[in-house]
Amino acid sequence: MLLTITTTHRPATDLGFLLHKHPAKVQPFRVASGTAHVFYPRADERECTAALLLEVDPIGLVRGRRDDAFTLGQYVNDRPYTAGSLLAVALGAVFRTAMNGRCDGHQELADSAIPLRVHLPALPCGGGPELLRRLFAPLGWHVAARPVPLSAAVPEWGDSRCCDVELTGELRLSDALRHLYVLLPVADDAKHYWVEQQEVDKLLRAGEGWLAAHPERELITSRYLKRTSVLVRSALSRLAEGDDPAEGELDDALVPPRISLAEQRRQAVLTVLRELGARRVLDLGCGAGALLRDLLADPSFTHVLGVDVSAGALAAAHARLGLDRAPDRVRERISLRQSALTYTDPSLAGHDAAVLMEVVEHVEPDRLPALERAVFEVAAPGAVVVTTPNAEHNVLFETLPAGQMRHTDHRFEWTRAQFARWADGVAARHGLRVRYLPIGPEDPVHGPPTQMAVFTPEETR
Amino acid sequence: MKLVVPDMSLVVLVGTSGSGKSTFAHRHFAPTQVLSSDHYRGVVSDDENDQAATKDAFEVLHFVAGKRLAAGRITVVDATNVQREARAGLVALARAHDVLPVAIVLDLPEAVCLERNASRPDRDFGPHVVRRQHADLRKSLRHLQKEGFRRVHVLSAQSDVDAAKIVVEPLLNDRRQDTGPFDVIGDVHGCRAELEELLTELGYALVRDAEGRAVDAAHPGGRRAAFVGDLVDRGPDTPGVLRLVMGMVEAGHALAVCGNHEQKLVRALRGKKVTVAHGLAESLAQLSAEPAEFRARVERFCYDLVSHLVLDGGDLVLAHAGLPERYHGRASGRVRSFALYGDTTGETDEYGLPVRYPWANEYRGSATVLYGHTPVPEAEWVNGTMCLDTGAVFGGKLTALRYPEREVVSVAAHEVWYAPVRPLVAPQAPVAREPGVLSLTDVAGKRVVATAEHGRITVGAEHAAAALEVMSRFAVDPRWLLHLPPTMSPVATSRREDVLEHPDEAFEAYRSAGVGEVLCEEKHMGSRAIVLVCRDEAAAAARFGAEGVGAVHTRTGRPFFGPELTAQLLGRVRDAVTAAGLWEELDSDWLLLDAELLPWSAKADGLLRERYAAVGAAAGAALPAAVRALTAASERGADVADLLARTTSRLANAAAFDRAYGRYRWDTDGLTGVRLAPFQLLAASGATFSRRDHGWHLALADRLREADEELFATTRRLLVTTGDEASTGAGVAWWEELTAAGGEGMVVKPMANLLRGKRGPVQPGLKVRGREYLRIVYGPDYTEPANLARLRQRAVGAKRSLALREYALGLEGLERAARGEPLWRVHECAFAVLALESEPVDPRL
Repeated sequence: MLLTITTTHRPATDLGFLLHKHPAKVQPFRVASGTAHVFYPRADERECTAALLLEVDPIGLVRGRRDDAFTLGQYVNDRPYTAGSLLAVALGAVFRTAMNGRCDGHQELADSAIPLRVHLPALPCGGGPELLRRLFAPLGWHVAARPVPLSAAVPEWGDSRCCDVELTGELRLSDALRHLYVLLPVADDAKHYWVEQQEVDKLLRAGEGWLAAHPERELITSRYLKRTSVLVRSALSRLAEGDDPAEGELDDALVPPRISLAEQRRQAVLTVLRELGARRVLDLGCGAGALLRDLLADPSFTHVLGVDVSAGALAAAHARLGLDRAPDRVRERISLRQSALTYTDPSLAGHDAAVLMEVVEHVEPDRLPALERAVFEVAAPGAVVVTTPNAEHNVLFETLPAGQMRHTDHRFEWTRAQFARWADGVAARHGLRVRYLPIGPEDPVHGPPTQMAVFTPEETR
Repeated sequence: MKLVVPDMSLVVLVGTSGSGKSTFAHRHFAPTQVLSSDHYRGVVSDDENDQAATKDAFEVLHFVAGKRLAAGRITVVDATNVQREARAGLVALARAHDVLPVAIVLDLPEAVCLERNASRPDRDFGPHVVRRQHADLRKSLRHLQKEGFRRVHVLSAQSDVDAAKIVVEPLLNDRRQDTGPFDVIGDVHGCRAELEELLTELGYALVRDAEGRAVDAAHPGGRRAAFVGDLVDRGPDTPGVLRLVMGMVEAGHALAVCGNHEQKLVRALRGKKVTVAHGLAESLAQLSAEPAEFRARVERFCYDLVSHLVLDGGDLVLAHAGLPERYHGRASGRVRSFALYGDTTGETDEYGLPVRYPWANEYRGSATVLYGHTPVPEAEWVNGTMCLDTGAVFGGKLTALRYPEREVVSVAAHEVWYAPVRPLVAPQAPVAREPGVLSLTDVAGKRVVATAEHGRITVGAEHAAAALEVMSRFAVDPRWLLHLPPTMSPVATSRREDVLEHPDEAFEAYRSAGVGEVLCEEKHMGSRAIVLVCRDEAAAAARFGAEGVGAVHTRTGRPFFGPELTAQLLGRVRDAVTAAGLWEELDSDWLLLDAELLPWSAKADGLLRERYAAVGAAAGAALPAAVRALTAASERGADVADLLARTTSRLANAAAFDRAYGRYRWDTDGLTGVRLAPFQLLAASGATFSRRDHGWHLALADRLREADEELFATTRRLLVTTGDEASTGAGVAWWEELTAAGGEGMVVKPMANLLRGKRGPVQPGLKVRGREYLRIVYGPDYTEPANLARLRQRAVGAKRSLALREYALGLEGLERAARGEPLWRVHECAFAVLALESEPVDPRL
């Protein structure tokens, strides 16, 4: 909500000309989120500081809006205090001419680098001082950032997302303003409004002359455009037009070249399903439909039922699979349904195979008997394929702190022995045979990252 | 001329074009009961005479008829139906819905029909059509009975048609108007001595003939016995049992349904070829010693027994082998077969006996079903059904259930009269009772829950879908989840300008609702907690079928703590209940408590850190810098006075906000630092306590606190008389004192607890939250006059309606749990509360 810009250029009060705001005045400007005030805490020959104070209307922020992705739905909200996209929008509105680098009568000054100091007492940034340096230092700023503790009363809570930031450097004022306009919401990684195609134009305009060469241009582009992949691709390719890179380079920048573990998991499951000769397949816990898409791609799976407990996930799967536009022949092979594995659901019966890919670890251990009953007794498919993380392998993940699980919603992660104890028990109780297969690169000591159990009737293989 | 038509039947009119079927139907049935082929031709093609539309028309007609029959409504099909194929489809439809097909034939002279058609311009088909129809009709007449029509009425002259009168006759199994009370008795199998003993135990006076044989039994209170079949075979005195039961039935002192053994005995007595096994030999030998007229009486009695009875307005169903809901009150071969023999899975067990299909596990009907047929060691409730065959003839016991009291009465067998093929008490768990299994159909989709206090409450499908995710991903095992607490409405917005909520409005709301005494309870600064605690693991296993001694969960059903800490906490609660002597006093080995668990941070540490502290931190970083900058500008002479004043005020608000949320956290280590403040006893075995006043509830809570002062926190309280200004003034002062010290506020409840007003229950409580506390709801700066003025516009109505609906659902669930109703019935209410919580109501209220 507060930003100050200081210069020690002589005479420092020229800052007023550059900003088109008179140092003796206090000016309010109406902006969408409230009122922006420009005033000068100091304005003399040696040093001049302009302050932009955005008074956000906290009630107006909530009422009359329906945007859940952003935290605007809550009255208890750090937006009125932080220097995120609200401040960036205010900055762009109040200092529009200065940002464009126009200054009638002082154009020469506007075109020159002058000593600048920018103070942002509460800049939200999930990546902390390190990310702020990566964002601002390549542009010629010296970055001094101090994380703000969450609570003086509870030191063990550690730091908040906010940093008290001071940027110093010799830059043209218009460049400084355009840096701030783009990088404040990028550091915050949140925007209070919906992004669309014109946002790409805004980014390219504000980023002219510095974004294309910025080493973090992909991160900046992706965050600025809220990771809307179509827009990100469009922006990156337009940025790249200048230095004309090979097609592949851009793609590589977006898609990691190795096959992800998730991909290997899906391939392993598909291989087993084909070996089993399954035609009617049940994907229990289908999520947004990654496996469903692979199943649809293979016509030997004649009937695919995707089930998830989350109506939101099913809607995402529906959209991802493009079912509204899919041809009848595809649509008649697939259905999506909400169901929960802790309730029995007889309408899941009659399938050759059911897949529980990375599902069981999301169920509390004391609810597993209910899941077992729902799957093995009531749905009772011909075969069941279960994959789950192998906890032993966790020590090999460099980024995973010791003793931590791979996902916050995992209720447990099993070692191979623990998985076998559960699966052997299930097999014995239901007269099934179970075999175990590794997924992903197998470590001689810690085993594969993912483990898979395949349950089949006793008499078959 | 009376034409008898059984209730719930499919009436098929048969007659040529022009025979007067539509006129007949119109005269004797309501328009909605009659489905006419002409009408449906019109529906699908806009032309009632378009023969090309016939196929589609009949498909729609059959569909509608099916829906009516599924709902048990008498249905008349007005079409020529002169051809066998047309009728066969209708007979199949009736059978599919287990109702009786009836044919009414209008066999009028051809000339009459031709003449009528000639006078109607829309019937432009030639006379050959009617002639062919007439020929078909004549050919059909003899076969109608054989085709499956249970009754066939033929009207061959216009005078017959004119004189006809339809009489709808109830089915033999329809005894809904008979409301009891009953004593329903399980399989007797010739155990006369045990039966006499049981009847005596139940309070019946036996009537004996000159030879001392029991021939009747009557209850002084007018109760009647009801036998679920299998009176005969295997046991020592089948004739004696029959003599007694036939006497009771004939005297109107008893009802009986047929068992498979009676069915077979009739066939044997009639000389049909039957395999003499399963104790039939004993019956035949014993009956051969009786006079022939007695045997004839037995044959007639057994033959006349109906396969099932629907009693007490449809609330009670008796059938020998039980009956799924879709068969209640229906009549068909398969209904009779199910009622007599039950359903089998097609497999046999290790003793070579057929494995019974466990229909009761899936039963979700509202009627109580009582049955026998399969001996069980103990009579137990399974989803509102009970098997009363406790193997008297195998040395078990003879059991009766008092209805509607639902009290089980048994007498032990005098000896093992007949060796069972399969041991009566199996080595392990005897009956596969599966109370913990819930089906998706118990919760999914749009649902209507009938509540005692607030009528029928609807849960929308999309809200159920949202609840399904939360329930199945985060809630505790449903066997422990008896109740989710209802949301509570705040008071109406205060008329005072400096606060949003004030006690005056609460006192006034209750005064105008006619509530004289209200209890103000301190609102604890914690989280709502529901505590289910059992006396010990054995009691928990017996009542809830789950491991452990209970659960402690939040208002959305999530566990507060992991298994170890939960067990520790429950151990402390259980010890306190024991020390307070409540198990004995309440005669229950489980209790369900409504409580507040403190501190809030025990549940919501992440929320405090990520939402509240983050806001406080950002404000604490930005606002001092802003004040400094404005002060410097002001010293330069800039006109920032107003802005500086506002910003300084916001700085103070931010500090107050930090203090407000800071009160909700303190360090805990295991249970150290955790406090529990119970304020209401929700339910115990066989009892709920919603009509006990809040003084009683809090007195119980105080006794728990006496037993364990470290764990239990007291709930401060003040009784206020709403009509007495001094008293309400004291209430206001008390609230001001609580909230000035940083307290959350108070809840004002009718002292008497559950009260009914003109339109349903009175709000069970209104919360009056403190000015400082509301900062963590409406934001640090909500107290600024410009903000407060806008926040005063809030819609409390939707929240109130929601609070009442959830309250009624909660009470309904508690009643069901206390009565020991099936899990799905209890779960339905808790699930509905969770679903209603996803309705779009301002979460800040």
